[in-house]
Amino acid sequence: MQIIQPHYHAIARTAQDYERMAMSGVVAVAEPAFWAGFDRLYPETFIDYFRQISEFEPTRAAQYGIRHFCWVAVNPKEAENPTLTREVLKHFPEFFAKPTVLGVGETGLHKATKNECESLEAHVELAMKHGQLVLIHTPHLADKAHGTKKVLEVLAGMKVDPERIWIDHVEEQTIRPCLDAGYWVGFTLYPITKCSPKRAVDMLEKYGTEKILVNSSADWGPSDPFTLQECILEFRRRGHSLQEAIEVFHNNPCRFLGQNPKFDIKPIRVETLVEAAT
Amino acid sequence: MLSPDQVVEAYFLEARHQLLEVAALLDRHDAAVAREGRGAGPAAAAKLAVLRQAIAALGDDRPVQERTVALLEIFARI
Repeated sequence: MQIIQPHYHAIARTAQDYERMAMSGVVAVAEPAFWAGFDRLYPETFIDYFRQISEFEPTRAAQYGIRHFCWVAVNPKEAENPTLTREVLKHFPEFFAKPTVLGVGETGLHKATKNECESLEAHVELAMKHGQLVLIHTPHLADKAHGTKKVLEVLAGMKVDPERIWIDHVEEQTIRPCLDAGYWVGFTLYPITKCSPKRAVDMLEKYGTEKILVNSSADWGPSDPFTLQECILEFRRRGHSLQEAIEVFHNNPCRFLGQNPKFDIKPIRVETLVEAAT
Repeated sequence: MLSPDQVVEAYFLEARHQLLEVAALLDRHDAAVAREGRGAGPAAAAKLAVLRQAIAALGDDRPVQERTVALLEIFARI
């Protein structure tokens, strides 16, 4: 089955992960800009990071037949340095012009501080001004509900097109208000700290498959890109058809990401061939 | 060996994850009942009852025996 991994931090993973993903049917990954595990101090550090994910990483993925796309952002964990954020934001338009950059992300909130909210607004405003897609990170664990509510409040105060915004890492307590407001949502599958493959399938069965993206993020922390395939197996094991799985794990990423014409992978349909008797 | 604080800090997220999986299983069951308009058959209902007994046993602050022993005995009933 052809699979798209819409949220994947490739620079934190080995080539072996690309190889195994390719062998399991992954045809494309999209890499949002991420926190490095420490707070970066210089705009140039971000610029080089953006160059890495927009220029070098596609060549690494291509060795395994996987298309690599990316996003640019200052991660919410680094938003407490507004001067740095402003300096980095100035460079976004040059990356928007690159052939594999899909938009702004992952911006969002971590602790929902004033600086974080201002950074989120600045990111979304710049994205909308340049007609870019937006990927929004919502906080983890105890901060999840409050942070997601705050994200929705910030967006509600802006002129945005919800169809072009993906709110990621939603869980059972945050999915409904995001869908009700017209946004795309993402389930992020982690071994321990976020959603599990089984819970993701539960939500797909409860809320339907429209405007939902499933990803395994897979960064430098405890994470596993193959939780996505585990989710597909769980989905199929519960009796959902191959085409239904393709709709969620391939076609929905095509529909959201394909709003940026640079993402040119199209939705697919499985078809049984009727062959003439010989 | 670990201190009380270390035990909680080391295993809290893992336990949170495992409890959420149990909660999701029960929600999944209730959704299936609502969808099909009938409850589980006798064998599955017995397993569900045992799960609920195990969950109740976990809530005991002063257990007379180790919780793992209590749960293994509960699960041995089916």
